[in-house]
Amino acid sequence: MTELHPVLADLFDGLEAAVVEDSHGQVVVRLDPSDWRSFAEAAKSAGFEVCVDVTAVDWMRQRPERFEVIANLLSMEHKLRLRMITALGRVDPRVDSLVPLWPGANFAEREVFDMFGIEFEGHPDLTRILMPDDWDGHPLRKDFGVGGVPVQFKASHQVD
Amino acid sequence: MNEERDDAQETTDTIDIWIAGTEETQFSPTDEGAQEISDHESDSRLDEQFGRVVTDDYLFDDEVSDDERMIVNMGPQHPSTHGVLRLQIELEGEIIRRTKPIIGYLHTGMEKTAEQLTFGQGPTNVTRMDYLAPLHCELAYSLAVERLLGVEVPERAKAIRVLMTELNRVASHLVALATNGMDIGAVSMMIYGFRERESILAFFEKTTGLRMNHNYIRPGGVAADLPAGWKDDVGDILENLPGRIQQYDDLLQNNPIWLSRTKGVGVISGDEATAFGITGPALRAAGVDWDLRRAFPYSGIEQYEFDVPVGEHGDVYDRYRVRVDEIHESLKIVEQVMDSMPKGDYRVDDRKVTPPPRARIDESMEALIHHFKLFTEGFKVPPGETYVAIESPRGELGCYLVSDGQAKPYRMHTRAPSFANLQALPIAMGDSLMADTVATIASMDPVMGDVDR
Amino acid sequence: MATTAPGNLLMTTVDRAANWARTRSMFPATFGLACCAIEMMATGAAHYDLARFGMEVFRASPRQADLMIVAGRVSQKMAPVLRQVYDQMPDPKWVISMGACASTGGMFNNYALVQGVDQIVPVDIYVPGCPPGPQSLMHGILSLHDKIMSGEIKN
Repeated sequence: MTELHPVLADLFDGLEAAVVEDSHGQVVVRLDPSDWRSFAEAAKSAGFEVCVDVTAVDWMRQRPERFEVIANLLSMEHKLRLRMITALGRVDPRVDSLVPLWPGANFAEREVFDMFGIEFEGHPDLTRILMPDDWDGHPLRKDFGVGGVPVQFKASHQVD
Repeated sequence: MNEERDDAQETTDTIDIWIAGTEETQFSPTDEGAQEISDHESDSRLDEQFGRVVTDDYLFDDEVSDDERMIVNMGPQHPSTHGVLRLQIELEGEIIRRTKPIIGYLHTGMEKTAEQLTFGQGPTNVTRMDYLAPLHCELAYSLAVERLLGVEVPERAKAIRVLMTELNRVASHLVALATNGMDIGAVSMMIYGFRERESILAFFEKTTGLRMNHNYIRPGGVAADLPAGWKDDVGDILENLPGRIQQYDDLLQNNPIWLSRTKGVGVISGDEATAFGITGPALRAAGVDWDLRRAFPYSGIEQYEFDVPVGEHGDVYDRYRVRVDEIHESLKIVEQVMDSMPKGDYRVDDRKVTPPPRARIDESMEALIHHFKLFTEGFKVPPGETYVAIESPRGELGCYLVSDGQAKPYRMHTRAPSFANLQALPIAMGDSLMADTVATIASMDPVMGDVDR
Repeated sequence: MATTAPGNLLMTTVDRAANWARTRSMFPATFGLACCAIEMMATGAAHYDLARFGMEVFRASPRQADLMIVAGRVSQKMAPVLRQVYDQMPDPKWVISMGACASTGGMFNNYALVQGVDQIVPVDIYVPGCPPGPQSLMHGILSLHDKIMSGEIKN
C-alpha cells in the first residue's frame, strides 16, 4: 500500500485495513451501506468540499451483492480525490442520500434512481429525471434490453 | 417439495429480460418495431410531465399565496434555453421566486449504448455527449481506457491531443459568446462568433475529417497524424483570432446596455458553487481558483505556460470575462504546442491496441490479423475501474469506466459538467427578474447533450 | 395558362405564383435539439448564409413558421412535444429531418430514442449525415424548394 496523504490517513483511522484499496493510483474505500452517511460526514469535515458524482453499477449475478453505488469526492483544499463504494443487494436496494451534505448530489442520485431503481433515503425529490414519468423499468439494469429495433440493410438478406 | 420450489423461485425471480417486441403491449403494435407513443391522454402518470398537475416540490420550502404567484412553463422548445431544457418558473409579478429545471428531453441512452460498443468504438459514442467540445469527451474516455490498459501514449500524441482540445475550447467558448450575446440582444455577436469558429472547424475538417463529432482521439493515441502544412493553418488562426476577439470585447466591454444586463445578474457565490459541484468558468468567476489542468494535469499539459483567469463576483459579467480571457490563454497554449511539437509516433506502438498502418496490411499476415481482430472483436481491457476527469470548457468532465475483462466496457458513466451546473440555476435565478433568466442560462452555458446523455 | 409539371400535375399560373412565393421566404421554426442544431446555426451564420434564401429568421413561435427542421435526436420524452409543435404550425408546412438520428435513429438504436422522426410527423426531405455539414443541409433545403416549385409536394 503506497503512502497515504495525511488527511486520508486520519480519515481512515479506525477503519479496517482491508476496506481501503488502490485502484490504478486512486484511493477507494469500500463501506457498508449503514456507514455511508457517517463516513461521508467525516470526509466532508476532513476537507472534501465537493461531491463530484454519484453513480452505480449493476453486477447482475457476477457478485453476491447485485448493485454498487459509487460516490466520487474531491477536496480542492488538499488536491485529493476519494472514491466511496458500497454494495447493495438485489431486493429493495436503498442507501442514505448525500444531498443533506452536498446539494450537488441531487440530480446525480435522481439519475441513479431512474436508471437502476436504487432508492436514496432522505432525498428531497426522488422522481424520474431522464425517462418520461410513466416509463416502466430501469434502463441501465442488465436485465433491461437495449430496446433496439431490427434494421434491414439494403443489400443484406431479409431480417424479420 | 416446498424448498425446491422456493429455490427455483429464488434464482428465476429477476430474470426478466425484455426483448424488443416480444411482450404483450397494451396498445396495438405497429410493424415499425417496438417504438410506440402511448395514448397519453388517459395516462395519469404523465400529468406532472405535461403540466396538468403541478406538485409543490421545488428546491426551497416557501410559503405560497396562490393569488399573487403564477407558474409559467419555459421550454422545452424555446429559442433561448440552449437546447431542450424545460423550466417551471414561479413568478410573483415579474420576479422569479422559485425555479424547477426539468431535463431528460434529449436522453439518448448513451451509457447503455456504450456497453454494446467495443472500447475502440467508444469515442464515436462519447463524442456526441458534449457536442460543442467533442474532443474533450473523447479525451476523457481515451484516458480512462488507457489507464485501465496501463499504456502510455507517445509524446507527440499527447501534444496533438493538447493542441486539438485547446482549439476545441476556443471554438466552444466562441459559441458560448455567440449565444450569450444573441440572447441578451447583441444579435451580431452570433454572426461573429460563428464566423470565427469556421476557421477552426476548417482546420478540424482537414485533420480529422469532420467539422464536429470527430472520433479522433482514440485509446492509444490519435486516429491520424496532423496533415502537411498544419503549421500554416494554425498560424493563420493564431494571427487572426486574437485581434478579432479583442474587437468584440471592445464592442461589448464598455457598452452600457451590456454592462447593466450582465453585472450583478445571476450571482452564484463561491460557497454555493462548491456545494453544488459546479466547476469550470462558473466556479472560477465566483472567485475559486480551481482548474483541473493545474490541479491534476493530464496529457502533458503541465509543460505549457498559461494563466487561469479568475473572476470576483460570480455574476454573468464575470463568467463572460473569464471565457474571453480563457480564449486568449488557450491560444497561448496552442502557440506553444505549435512551436514545440515533438516528433515521433502519433499512437502507441502496441499492435494489440492500435491498428497497424494500412499499407502494412498488404505485406504482413500478422498485421492483417491484428487489424481484423481489432476491428471486429476489439481489444480486451483487464478488469478494473477508474475515474478520469479533465477540464472541458464547461467544467470537470469525468469518465468512470468499469471493465470486467471483455472487449466492451461493463459500465461507462460520464460525469457531465452541465448536469451539475444546472442544479444551481434555481439559486442563480432566485429573486431576479424574468428577463435575467435568459442571461443567466446563457452564462451557465449548458449543453443538453451533456446533461441528458 | 395551365402547364403540366412532372407527374402529370396540372398547375395554373396562380399555383405557380403561390409556390414561388412559398419557397422564397420560408421561415424555419427553431427545433434544434442536439449536435445538428449547431450545424443548423452555422448554416444560418455568415459563412454559409441562409439569408440569401430569405430564411435566416428562425421563428420561435411555430404559429409563424412554415418549415420545421428537426435537427437532432428525438427522445421518448420529446416526442409528444415534437408532435404538438408540428400541430401548431399552420398549413402549408414542411418538415426536413436533418441528420441520421432524426431520419432513422442514427447510431443510437436503443430504448431512449424514437427511431426516425417520420414515426411522429410526415417528413418531406431527409438529410443524412452525422452531423450533415451546412452544404448538405442547404442542398436539402434547396431540393425542398425545387420540389415545391415543381408542384411535386403539394401540402
